[in-house]
Amino acid sequence: MGKYILKRLLQMIVVMFLVSFLTYVLIGIMPRDPIYSLYGSDVTPAEYEVIYHRMGLDKPVIVRYFNWLVNFFKGDLGTSYAYHMPVMEIIGQKIGVTLYLSIVSTLISFPLGMLFGIITAVKRGKWQDTTLTLVANISASIPGFVIAIALLFLFCINWKILPSRGFTFPWENFGDHIRQIILPMFCLSLGGIAGITRQTRSSMLEAMRQDYVRTARSKGLQENYIISKHVLRNGLIPIITLIGGRLAGMIGGSVFIENVFSIPGMGTLMVNSVNQIDVPVIQACVLMTSGCMCLAFFITDMLYLAVDPRISLK
Amino acid sequence: MNTNPNPAVKKTAKQVLSEKLTAFRKFMRVMTSRKIVVVGIIGTLFFILVAIFAPVIATQDPNLITTDGKLLPFSSAHWFGTDYLGRDLYSRLVYGTRVSILTGVISTLMAVVVGSFLGMLAAYCGGIVDKILIGYCEVFNSIPGIALSLTLITLFGGGMMNMAFILMVTGIPGFLRMMRASSLTVMNSDYILAAKLSGQSRLKQLYKHVFPNAISPIIVMATQHVGMTIMMESGLSFLGVGIKIPTASWGSIINEARPYLMVDPWYVLLPCIFLALLIISLNLLGDGIRDALDPSLRGEV
Repeated sequence: MGKYILKRLLQMIVVMFLVSFLTYVLIGIMPRDPIYSLYGSDVTPAEYEVIYHRMGLDKPVIVRYFNWLVNFFKGDLGTSYAYHMPVMEIIGQKIGVTLYLSIVSTLISFPLGMLFGIITAVKRGKWQDTTLTLVANISASIPGFVIAIALLFLFCINWKILPSRGFTFPWENFGDHIRQIILPMFCLSLGGIAGITRQTRSSMLEAMRQDYVRTARSKGLQENYIISKHVLRNGLIPIITLIGGRLAGMIGGSVFIENVFSIPGMGTLMVNSVNQIDVPVIQACVLMTSGCMCLAFFITDMLYLAVDPRISLK
Repeated sequence: MNTNPNPAVKKTAKQVLSEKLTAFRKFMRVMTSRKIVVVGIIGTLFFILVAIFAPVIATQDPNLITTDGKLLPFSSAHWFGTDYLGRDLYSRLVYGTRVSILTGVISTLMAVVVGSFLGMLAAYCGGIVDKILIGYCEVFNSIPGIALSLTLITLFGGGMMNMAFILMVTGIPGFLRMMRASSLTVMNSDYILAAKLSGQSRLKQLYKHVFPNAISPIIVMATQHVGMTIMMESGLSFLGVGIKIPTASWGSIINEARPYLMVDPWYVLLPCIFLALLIISLNLLGDGIRDALDPSLRGEV
């Protein structure tokens, strides 16, 4: 078990290195002169030469990458071309918002999705199942930003009962926070709830087909007892593995939702940086989101290890 | 002398054809057995027809700026009104169907071809090639799809062909993994052993037995992938970084229309509804194909 964790940890570090190298090289070949971008276009050729050497641009890519990596570990990700501020500072302001949105919406979507999934599996073929499955299928098919725009139109423009933009943390002003967060949170969680409902349903049905359930039935146990003691425990284990994918999906989903509701998070920052070709910020954003994703997958594997002892035997 | 010594094994072309026809009929019967799938098929066909016959259906050039006025309501001259520049919204939406479907289908096809080739290569070669390809998947899977797409867009720029390429790149790892797993399962089966024992070359085993038996999960995955790709393309165009204006794509129309949500809500909501309908139809069709190709999954998810 310890060996497995160590191996997994090592794997994660290697993947992160490769991801960082890939981002560095990919974005490094972008046709934008970092010196003019940082110091303005009125740099004289002599000054240009000095800065060129000071920034180490004359060295090969691999050396530059390692310099960048060393600086990264020192907490220095370079200077933004667009804002002329340290990248770390800019991201520090934004990442909290996105993390807050992702984590809260994951916390909302898991219990709800599992509950709906259990209902659909237990009531298989009945109207509860048909309705919930249809709703889940449809809401998983509609892009998040389309739902967001439709809700924005209904609640903020047509009925004028909710604000259409902005973000306040709950500890700053709780009332404002709830009013501003309710629509984005609904849009972010909807896809998750739908996905988890479908997965829970199929995993529960799979568990119901097992021999031990048949044995329990033939012993004459009550259906409710079988569901709660045998099916639930075995059926819900695979759902835990979805947490990583869900968190990763949230990072993508929040880009659109932040855009629609003008929430100043990582998503908005990323889109703005792409439009302004702000190379250091894009690099940092990709690295940060990938790091979050790797961590999420790692935590998932650990959770799986904790709940299913069969894994560690491999 | 009889040129066909074993008539039980060798079949005439006619027999093969009729067998294929029966298989196809069975496939269609399973697929159309659920009403909701039929709705999906009809919806998908409708949008495909609109895309093909766009020049016939559209009432005018999608990029023509008329002098009738901006943000007009529904009328007989402009069925869905006009946009913020005075272009005919109906024609723009019709041509947008083309962009969305083409981008989705082209990038999925390319991802399927490249992904399944690499997947079979990984399964066939094993060893270091397998390790490298799996590592490649691992790395690409660790970058969130949207971040990867945004990076590639910064690198290559927007536009339809670039978008198709970028969406292909993000789609390959999924198909690679699926094809690799699927081929490995087939390669461990008894009939491959039989083929090996009968002295068939490995390459022949690969294209004659492994490929046809390993491809069906890929087909299922591909039909579901088209919807996802269209979703991603419209999303990126909506963010203003995908398909560049003036090309009409549903995503970019929604992006252009957003500031006018208060003044002319239908201008925004119509492309939204079209997009949602197309993706719902595609997903229903995908479910139907999955049910028909893979009986073990029937009615599960």
